Amino acid sequence: MMTELSLNVLDVAQNSVKAKASLIEISVRSDFEKDLMTIVIADNGCGMDEQQLAAVCDPFYTTRTTRKVGLGVSFFKLAAESAGGEFSITSEKGVGTTVTASFQISNIDRMPLGDMTATMHSLITLNADIDFVYNYRVDDKEFTLDTREFREILEGVPFDVPEVSQYIKEYLSSNKEEVDSGKIL
Amino acid sequence: MKSLEELKAIREKMQGKVGFRKEDAEGMRVVVGMATCGIAAGARPVLNAFVDGVAEAGLGDKITVTQTGCIGLCQYEPIVEITEPGKDKVTYVKMTPDKAKEVIEKHLKNGQVVAEYTSVK
Repeated sequence: MMTELSLNVLDVAQNSVKAKASLIEISVRSDFEKDLMTIVIADNGCGMDEQQLAAVCDPFYTTRTTRKVGLGVSFFKLAAESAGGEFSITSEKGVGTTVTASFQISNIDRMPLGDMTATMHSLITLNADIDFVYNYRVDDKEFTLDTREFREILEGVPFDVPEVSQYIKEYLSSNKEEVDSGKIL
Repeated sequence: MKSLEELKAIREKMQGKVGFRKEDAEGMRVVVGMATCGIAAGARPVLNAFVDGVAEAGLGDKITVTQTGCIGLCQYEPIVEITEPGKDKVTYVKMTPDKAKEVIEKHLKNGQVVAEYTSVK
């Protein structure tokens, strides 16, 4: 079991990495009026056929060979459904997969969002060949990080160079602070 | 709001340095297991400790910190494997950010394997 939703995001996004996505879009949107937090992870990876899609929420289904259980998606689904939210996953072979989880913000069983900055920073710097679009929104304030924009400016300087890596971390944390005013979600 | 101008300044600074891209085949590699089992056991702070520690020590051009999936020893996660050309692979188990700091000091900087973290007690 994960202790923060941001860890679920990190974990489920690994599926997109394994699906050989070249673009992964992640959004975290909180709407306090509707008491609703929605997390979407969408990729343009290899996608799944109907049979795989039907099995993906089964904790005893996995495509890996190193162990016999696949808990990543199941954990995320459980986190949403036990917090008054909903979970869905759509996929098309050759097109990509979209995972959507929603949560009732005030629900006592909702896990804290946790450190999304650490999750996004890890994903971006460790998967240098993949582009990420990250959107973080709280009510009417939001920010978007698009690694394609960074890439264009950097002209070949990689994301894992310490100076760049540090910049990405600060970009994520300072913009997050502006959007949520430091409120713990 | 952090400006993109700062990123441009970093690029200009970095482009002056020739050969900042390390050759993966030559250097040491720190591989952190980041599948569900690893993440649930606390791999993310361990990974961050290695990334930050390597950068702080100025070893970024010699050591690559990267991730892998599940290697099938879920009960020993967070697992960190350190490989170096010509040497046996070292596998650290049940890692924490504090243990990571020790491994950076002893193993990455001075080549001494921290034996007590490699086996399971």
